[in-house]
Amino acid sequence: MSAEVSEGVDELGARLKAYEGRAAAVAGVGKDPVNAPMIRHWCEAMGDTSKAYRGPGAIAPPTMLQVWTMGGLSGHEGRTDAYDELLGLLDESGCTSVVATDCEQEYPRPLRPGDEVTFDAVIESVSDRKTTKLGTGYFVTTRMDVRVGGELAGTHRFRILKYAPARRKSQAERPRRPRPVVNRDTAGFWEGVAQHRLLIQRCTGCGTLRHPWLPGCNACGCLDWDTVEASGEGTVYSYVVMHHPPFPAFEPPYAVGLIELAEGVRMVSNVVGVPYDKVRIGLPVRVEFRGYEDEEGALVLPVFRVVEGEG
Amino acid sequence: MGSETRAHRPVAGAELPPLEIPITRTLIVAGAIASRDYQDVHHDAELARQKGSPDVFMNILTTNGLVGRYITDHFGPSAVLRKVAIRLGAPNYPGDTMVLTGRVEEVDGDTATVRVVGANAIGRHVTGTVTVSVPAPSAVSDGEAAS
Repeated sequence: MSAEVSEGVDELGARLKAYEGRAAAVAGVGKDPVNAPMIRHWCEAMGDTSKAYRGPGAIAPPTMLQVWTMGGLSGHEGRTDAYDELLGLLDESGCTSVVATDCEQEYPRPLRPGDEVTFDAVIESVSDRKTTKLGTGYFVTTRMDVRVGGELAGTHRFRILKYAPARRKSQAERPRRPRPVVNRDTAGFWEGVAQHRLLIQRCTGCGTLRHPWLPGCNACGCLDWDTVEASGEGTVYSYVVMHHPPFPAFEPPYAVGLIELAEGVRMVSNVVGVPYDKVRIGLPVRVEFRGYEDEEGALVLPVFRVVEGEG
Repeated sequence: MGSETRAHRPVAGAELPPLEIPITRTLIVAGAIASRDYQDVHHDAELARQKGSPDVFMNILTTNGLVGRYITDHFGPSAVLRKVAIRLGAPNYPGDTMVLTGRVEEVDGDTATVRVVGANAIGRHVTGTVTVSVPAPSAVSDGEAAS
């Protein structure tokens, strides 16, 4: 999968850029008010014995700014779908690892115990594809304003690198993606896919469409057929999320969708463009032909991307 | 009493005494949890290795906190951090030691810009700039400074 971020035209990069300027968090609310116990735990960890952070009139260490906005184990409230999508796209392309690289904070007003913070963040920029020692990926920069009662208390610019780890060894060890079974009954379908056309079999006896491809018609038994090209539009008819057992070529969790094409037939495929846990029945999708490459050679598969503005 | 611990007035060109931080597993985990950062690479060595890292490593919030502490330890509790901007390089892994050093680059009235570097055995863990205001002793009441 990481091959996708290390070769060829940077189609992904263009898609990621579209998220620049979009909100990453809207009207987030700190899970806890600024409070003395959390300040004390922080100071203990840091070995910070400053008097400024204890007793009456204490302030919170300014460098704790981000702490008051953290989701912890219970999730990030206020985070937007746009930001989840952006991270989802990166995960999907193999950029599953993340490391924080930069943090720039300004503190216009000290935070004190009792202050309740709110925050808004914007996706400031997404870099071009970069190859670093860690691997190849993209830098994502967000900028957050932290407020107390509407008053700006801090600004927080944060940059992360989402990357596909550079691990030559495990790359080579990664099992090959399974190949479709192509025989004389299904060859026509895969020839279509190779040309980025999604072909549906049609019985020339009764006109019934069918998928997957079969030698004869289930409706009338006729053995003659031709094809119609699908529009590529469809909806998620059903889906499952694979967690266990892991299949060597794929990294769980991932969603497997049963897609109902606009023409009425259904096919099993991947749903892409949203995180696995955002796939829903009825989600509008459109076919996309995705190239895969491994030791065994190149492979094109039809997958279904969630239609913009959905999910 | 308080005035003794905040005796350092920023002077352009002055070097801050280095601060050695032993990078223990405890520091890494305590820092991550105190900052509510539950990313597995900061507390679970096995999962960190699966992600290509040799061990758990310090999170950026802890680094940020240590940089802030380095500055306020030096300038005293009346010093006010205005801005902390850091960039991470070589990770802080358990067993290493990070040595923080700083140099006052610029002073404008009460406000100084300090360039900070935190070096470990692999290289530069952090480079950054801190803007800090250090009120003149007369501007701070004794009670406030020493309480």
